[in-house]
Amino acid sequence: MGMYCMLLHAFPQATKDTTAFQPRKLKLEEVNLVSSYYTQNGDHSAIGGGIGSEKVTDLANGLELKWVGWDAHARKNTLTVGMGIDHHTAASQAYISKTGASRRTDGLRLYPSLDWSRENEQKGTSFNLGAYYSNEFNYQSIGLNAGVTKKTKNNGEFGLKLSAYFDQVKLIYPSEFEPASGYSGYGGEREHPDYGSSPRQTYTASFSFSQVINTRLQASLLLDVVQQNGYLGLPFHRVYFTDGTDAVENLPSTRFKLPIGLRLNYFMGDRVILRGYYRYYTDNWGLQAHTASLEVPVKLTPFFSISPFYRYYTQTAVKYFAPYEEHLTTDNYYTSNYALSSFSSGFFGAGFRIAPPNGIFGTHLSALELRYGHYTQTTDLVSDVISLHLQFK
Amino acid sequence: MKRKTLFLATLVASVTAMTLSCTSVKEYQKSRINDSEMSLSSRKVEKNELNFQSYREGASGANGGKTGGGCGCN
Repeated sequence: MGMYCMLLHAFPQATKDTTAFQPRKLKLEEVNLVSSYYTQNGDHSAIGGGIGSEKVTDLANGLELKWVGWDAHARKNTLTVGMGIDHHTAASQAYISKTGASRRTDGLRLYPSLDWSRENEQKGTSFNLGAYYSNEFNYQSIGLNAGVTKKTKNNGEFGLKLSAYFDQVKLIYPSEFEPASGYSGYGGEREHPDYGSSPRQTYTASFSFSQVINTRLQASLLLDVVQQNGYLGLPFHRVYFTDGTDAVENLPSTRFKLPIGLRLNYFMGDRVILRGYYRYYTDNWGLQAHTASLEVPVKLTPFFSISPFYRYYTQTAVKYFAPYEEHLTTDNYYTSNYALSSFSSGFFGAGFRIAPPNGIFGTHLSALELRYGHYTQTTDLVSDVISLHLQFK
Repeated sequence: MKRKTLFLATLVASVTAMTLSCTSVKEYQKSRINDSEMSLSSRKVEKNELNFQSYREGASGANGGKTGGGCGCN
């Protein structure tokens, strides 16, 4: 409530726009708060080699501040600063220790971000630069990106974005693989003094093309070309072989991913919008996937809408996946992480959004959106997520 | 090779179809197109849904979201 009051007072009173162009210094234009609570349950833990509880909870909070200004050449400059904080609990973390004695079953992740963009409305071009950092106990990540967009003469827009992520995975092994005896795993009675780490890099080229097709229909095509190198598994994921022995999962050190997506939004009549999405994905680990979703926002009034949605997803397994005690000790690569197994999933739910033109109750709270979704996988994993977005202008 | 060719052909055909099938839409005719619910990007309220899907599923990307910088989660 305190933060809400602070945000209400953070904005100056609205002023009338003047007709003549005037350069304007950066001014705080928008604040976004997004909070989510996620909970899941399942019984195919990757830490247990494909068996054991997958119970997880995650509370995520993100704050984003956006400043906008115009320079002497009438170019719009936008500076966006973000900060995210997640707190999670995971029952399976206790079993990094073979006996289930690891005391740390929770963790905190902090992830600040910074983006700057410059848009030339006369030329229909924009350019942006961004930086991202994420830190949690066993994983650090630094991200950099740069992108350009160019509008076409016929209501289209091309976009290109290049991203690079440089990650470090802390080498927390299951307790039975600790190099020195006496340590009992992550958060155990005797924790390893220096785990060491291994790098992982992700390079992405994202291409997009969006087009207004008519007064009610617009579409966009998205293509990502992704190359990953380095340590692509996680060191505390076990694999159990047919002979009952176990090892840490072992995956190739490169992965090439190629997802392509199509969005299609259609305004039907005066109240109903159809938001469709389809994605095909393939990679060189043998995984292929199809994703299809439909969301149908219904405008009960011009400023209040309810949006039911459904998403269907299906994937094949990677070549290196096998369940608990089904890998052979002669296999070169092996994992029992069910995220890489063959399965289908369904995700359905609904949200509502309020965005009156003069703010909610006449305040700077310009939009409020609440959304709930229920997710099921054919691996028996079940999860629920509820999210709240508050926008202040 | 055959799959790559098919993939590229589909991509080129989609862009061409989107470009050719469009009609001229003036700024004053964009009241529906400019509606906030018609945005072609994912909404902010969906951000954490996209995150958990990318951790629990093998496929990710082509949705305007992040493609790297994952978590060390289990």
